[in-house]
Amino acid sequence: MAVDSAFIGTQLPATTLTVDAGRLRFFAKAIGETNPLYTDVEAAKAAGYADLPVPPTFLFSIELENPDQFRWVVDQGIDPRFVLHGEQSFTYHSIAHAGDTLTATPRIVDVYSKKGGALEFIVKNTAVTRADGSAVADLETVIVVRNPGAAK
Amino acid sequence: MTWTQQIEVGTELPALKIGTISRTTLTLFAGASGDHNPMHIDIDVAKSAGLGDVFAHGMLSMGYLGRLLTDWVPQQRIRSYRVRFAAITPVLGQPTATGKVVSIDEVDGERRATLELAVTLADGTVTLTGDAVVAL
Repeated sequence: MAVDSAFIGTQLPATTLTVDAGRLRFFAKAIGETNPLYTDVEAAKAAGYADLPVPPTFLFSIELENPDQFRWVVDQGIDPRFVLHGEQSFTYHSIAHAGDTLTATPRIVDVYSKKGGALEFIVKNTAVTRADGSAVADLETVIVVRNPGAAK
Repeated sequence: MTWTQQIEVGTELPALKIGTISRTTLTLFAGASGDHNPMHIDIDVAKSAGLGDVFAHGMLSMGYLGRLLTDWVPQQRIRSYRVRFAAITPVLGQPTATGKVVSIDEVDGERRATLELAVTLADGTVTLTGDAVVAL
């Protein structure tokens, strides 16, 4: 089924995560990070950081704090099994650290289809900010929906 | 002369070879990243969608490429970073992250390098392409 173009402009629920050192160490382990400044607070401070820095791609995880993270996909009539991550970008404004409370505010900015509807694209922009409103990064996500039944 | 002054168009970043991606890797990444999509951790769900097996999160490979960047420059110098996910990474894939400088410009009073980035599997499949802009 086609994603309704009226979806463009929709603000999705904001999510907030207080990033702690334990979660950052878990993330570092998961991506095989061996640089101690991402796991050892003293090493981070020696390198000039206020605390463990939040690594470049962890900012994508803030919006995943939504307890029902595929709800907005399902609400569009999309089967989440047929969703692929097409593109991801980050524009950085300032580094976040362990202890920061970060809020992700996602908004749908475009919807389009290709190959006669066999592939649909949803573009989502997410601002990540601190509790004081200061900007950490702006993210853009392109999600690809495969419609196996279309255009056959 | 600092190391950043020696950087020029064509300079290659030291390649980052990643070990074999296991099911444990995917499970840890699902938990640590908060991406609980079962297509990456539950073979029954993957099969129900017509796939033979689970496959790695795109953001896992983007995380590896991020390590390539932060191994090369302090993180606060990264201005932007983006990728296109070109192919899925299967279980047991062996990615290598690479990058090279393709241009150097003066922007907002700072010298910035644009890097062309890729993640390639041992069989030659390019799974990610992208670019990053870093201040030198």
